[in-house]
Amino acid sequence: MTSSNRMQWPENADHTAVPYYLFNDQDIYDREQRKIYNGPAWHFVALEAELLQIGSFKSTYIGDTPVVVTRGQDNEIYAWVNRCAHRGAEVCRHRHGVSEDGTFTCVYHQWAYDAKGDLRGVPFQRGLAGKGGYPKDFDKTKHGLRKVRVINYRGVIFGTLSDETPEIETYMGEDVRFFFKRIMNRPVEVLGTTRQYIKGNWKFYAENAKDPYHASLLHLFHATFGLYRSSQEGATLINNDFHTVLWAKGGKEDEAALEDVKKDKLRTYQEGTYTLNDPSLLAGKQEFDDGISLVILTLFPSLVLQQIQNTLAVRQVLPKGKDEFELVWTYFGYTDDCEEMRNIRLKQFNLIGPAGLISMEDGESTELCQKAIVSDGDRTNVILMSGSDTQSEGHLVTESAIRGLWKGYRRMMEL
Amino acid sequence: MSGEIITQELKNEVDDLHNRYVQCIDDDDLESWPEFFTEKCLYRVIPRENEEVGLPTAVMWGDSRGMLQDRVVALRNANIYQVQWYRHIISNPCIHSVTDGVIKAQSNYAVFKTCNDGESTVYNVGKYVDLIVRDNGVLKFKERSVIFDTHKIVTLMVIPI
Repeated sequence: MTSSNRMQWPENADHTAVPYYLFNDQDIYDREQRKIYNGPAWHFVALEAELLQIGSFKSTYIGDTPVVVTRGQDNEIYAWVNRCAHRGAEVCRHRHGVSEDGTFTCVYHQWAYDAKGDLRGVPFQRGLAGKGGYPKDFDKTKHGLRKVRVINYRGVIFGTLSDETPEIETYMGEDVRFFFKRIMNRPVEVLGTTRQYIKGNWKFYAENAKDPYHASLLHLFHATFGLYRSSQEGATLINNDFHTVLWAKGGKEDEAALEDVKKDKLRTYQEGTYTLNDPSLLAGKQEFDDGISLVILTLFPSLVLQQIQNTLAVRQVLPKGKDEFELVWTYFGYTDDCEEMRNIRLKQFNLIGPAGLISMEDGESTELCQKAIVSDGDRTNVILMSGSDTQSEGHLVTESAIRGLWKGYRRMMEL
Repeated sequence: MSGEIITQELKNEVDDLHNRYVQCIDDDDLESWPEFFTEKCLYRVIPRENEEVGLPTAVMWGDSRGMLQDRVVALRNANIYQVQWYRHIISNPCIHSVTDGVIKAQSNYAVFKTCNDGESTVYNVGKYVDLIVRDNGVLKFKERSVIFDTHKIVTLMVIPI
C-alpha cells in the first residue's frame, strides 16, 4: 500500500487490529501533528508548581510546536509559541527560569515580548538618523507571538492550539476527572525531572500506558522479590474512548503489610525467588483512604498522571518524529508532606522513571515493537483480550482501553 | 582550615579506588559493586538539572549497601533490557579535602555503551562527587553522587554508573 491510500483506514482493520504502518509512516505522523497536536486536544505543558514566581517560565512542546509557559506580572498563567514573530527564531532558549523584568527578548534582532506574548519593543522602529525603520502604520499589537490557550486545572497546566477544544472537564470525562482530582487534591511540590528518550513511535507508549495485561508479565520486580501483585482488585475505566484510568489496590504495600513481610522474611512467590536485602524500599504509607496503591491515568495524547505506591508523577509524551519520542517525568509530592513522607517518596522513585525497577521495561518494550514492525506495515496487531468492545471493566485483564485508544484516535485523525 | 594534608600516597589510593570501581562495573562483576560502599551509605544518580536547583529526585537512590545489592539482584533476575556493556573513562580526579578521616573527592566520567548491534555510543557523562572513608583499612564510598549532564537517557538506565 502506498502512503497516499494510508489516509483511509484499511478494510482488514478495526480497533481490535490496527495496521503497523500507523507507527512508522511520515504522512500519518504529519497528519497527527495537524489533527491531534494542532487539533481539539488538551496537552499537558506544566505543573503550576513549576511556575511559582511571577516571571517564571518553562519551555516545552505541544507535538512538534515549541511553546513557553509563563507566569505573568498579573500572576496569571500564559503560553505562547516559542517562535519570534519577526523572522522565526526561538525566543526563549532556556528550559526553565525566571525573567526578572518579565520580558522575553529574541536575541536575533531583540524584538521584546512580555509574558503574555505581546510585542513590547522593536529596535530601530523609527530607523536610525532618519534612515530605515518600519512603516508608519506598523502596529506592534499585530505582531505578537502566537498565543496558546491554557487552562490551570487543579494545579496542572494544559495548552491547546485549537479554538475548538472543548472545556477541560468535558474533554476528560467523569472517571478521569474523579481520579485526576483524587491525586491533585491539594497543592503539590515539584521534586525533580528526568528525561527518557525512546526509539519508538509515541503510540506504542500510549498503548503501553493503557495496558494492564502486561504489568505483571513484563515488569517482574515484584514477582522476583515475592511481592504478590496480580491478585489485585482493580478496574479499567474508559472515558471518551481514549482517556483511561487503570487503578488497583495493592494491599501488600502499606505499613502493616510490610510488618507482615518482615515477619515472614518476605513472602516467597515461588520456590527459589529472592528477598529484598533492604525492604525499606517498599516501606510506604497508605495516604489515600480508598486503599488504592496504583493509578495510571492517561489523558490522550500527551499526559500520564500516576500514583504508584507513594510515588506521584506526571509523564509527558513528546513525539520526536515518527519513530522516536521523549518521555519527561516530573515527580512531585504535596506541599504539606512531612520530612518522613518526602523521604519515602524519594526512595520509592527508584521504582519509576528511566531507571525505575518496575517501569524501565516500558521503554524497552516500545523499542522491541518499533524494531519489528518496520517491514510489514500492512499487517495488523491483535487486541482481543477480554473481547472486542471499548467499555470500562471492573478488572485488569483486558485490552479494552487500547481498543478505546484506537477508536478515539481514528475519530480525531478522521481516518 | 582544619583539614589534613593530602599526600601523594592518598591520591594514589583514591585513584586506585576509582579504577577498581569502574573495572568492577565494566567487567560485569556487579555482585561486587556494593562492596565499594560502606554499610550505611548514599549512592545517587541524579540529573545535573535537578542538582543545580536543589531538587532531590534521582534516577537511582540507595542509602544502604542492601539497597544496592537489591538493584543488582533486580537487574540480573527481574529487569528486561537488551545486552549492553559499559566502558567508563575517568578523568580529572581531585581530592578537595580530608577532614576527620573523610576524604572529599571529585572526578569526571564518561560512559560509552555498546549493545548487540556493536555500535558504541556516548551514553552518559557527568561527575562523581564523593565522600570516602576508611572502613577496616579499605577506602569505601560513604557517599557517591553521580551528577550527570546527559539528561537525555536513551531507552533506560539499568546498570549503575
